[in-house]
Amino acid sequence: MPVLEYKEVTKRYGGLTALDGVSLTVEPGRIVGLLGPNGSGKTTLLKLACGLLTPTSGEILVCSQAPGSPASHAQVSYLPERMAVPDWMTAKQLVHFYQDFYGDFRQDVAWQMLSDLNIDPALRVREMSKGTREKVQLILVMSRAAMLYLLDEPIGGVDPATRDYILSTIIANYNPEAAVVISTHLIADVEKLLDQVIFLKNGQLVLQSEVDQLREEKGMSVDALFREVFKC
Amino acid sequence: MKWQFSSDAPIYAQLIEQIQRTIVSGGWPPGERLPSVRDLAGEAGVNPNTMQRAMTELEREGLVYSQRTAGRFVTEDRARIEAARNQCAQRQIQTFLDKMEQLGYSGEEILRLVEQEMKGES
Repeated sequence: MPVLEYKEVTKRYGGLTALDGVSLTVEPGRIVGLLGPNGSGKTTLLKLACGLLTPTSGEILVCSQAPGSPASHAQVSYLPERMAVPDWMTAKQLVHFYQDFYGDFRQDVAWQMLSDLNIDPALRVREMSKGTREKVQLILVMSRAAMLYLLDEPIGGVDPATRDYILSTIIANYNPEAAVVISTHLIADVEKLLDQVIFLKNGQLVLQSEVDQLREEKGMSVDALFREVFKC
Repeated sequence: MKWQFSSDAPIYAQLIEQIQRTIVSGGWPPGERLPSVRDLAGEAGVNPNTMQRAMTELEREGLVYSQRTAGRFVTEDRARIEAARNQCAQRQIQTFLDKMEQLGYSGEEILRLVEQEMKGES
């Protein structure tokens, strides 16, 4: 049974069509890369799946439920593209905040990651550098034992060494029943991690394929293929 | 073990090749117990499903075997390892020959150059 399913989903903002009849499924145990140029609909696609937006037409199912319902919130761990936690809180307060909100939150995992990345739990969000804020948010999101992780640009602001740590953390926390959808421009960095890639172009799905199958058929990396498909 | 990936070949194929190389060079001796798929995937920075696929293929080739509860091990069949070692060598030689051919060398010239180089080395 798919963890995430889009059926002919269209989303319009006034006259602007952000998503145009997208159908796709994500199976359990899959790590999927959501790739596309700026403004191609990646963030809209993710926001629809966690119920922050409602589709203009079409249907979305998360673990067979409508997004946005309490049952679906309990299954989905979402990392928004922007900072979405109160900036006066410390890292420690945030861990407790998440613990209170989510029954599947694993405090031990969160503490371990904070310590691995040398983040002082007493630091307030507003005192943190941009990269550290991103790390803290990602730690909170990945510390949940969710069925579906939706990560919108999770590694954009962090240095390459931390990027490696974060990606290996995603693997280490990997649960064969769960699925991860990552939207990113840093294709070369995440490529080895992905089972599948989805290419979005002007709100339309242009490709959904297995990474290794693509590399075999095209004889090039996904990064190289992306540059070819979306050549300006 | 150090993992390196080129951009043009499928990742599972590159995993298979690198694990083969580690086994035939004795980096993982016969009978050695392998780390779990998840640990290996984390170390290599690859998707666990891809690592699993590589392991399944290596099992099919007989270089590794799994035991239900104990985990996965390098084969103790030394003849099998030796055969894989020969395959690796043949692949290397073929790559070398292809490149020399591109440079326009004949078989005889290549042999002579290799001999010269090896004498120079000793």
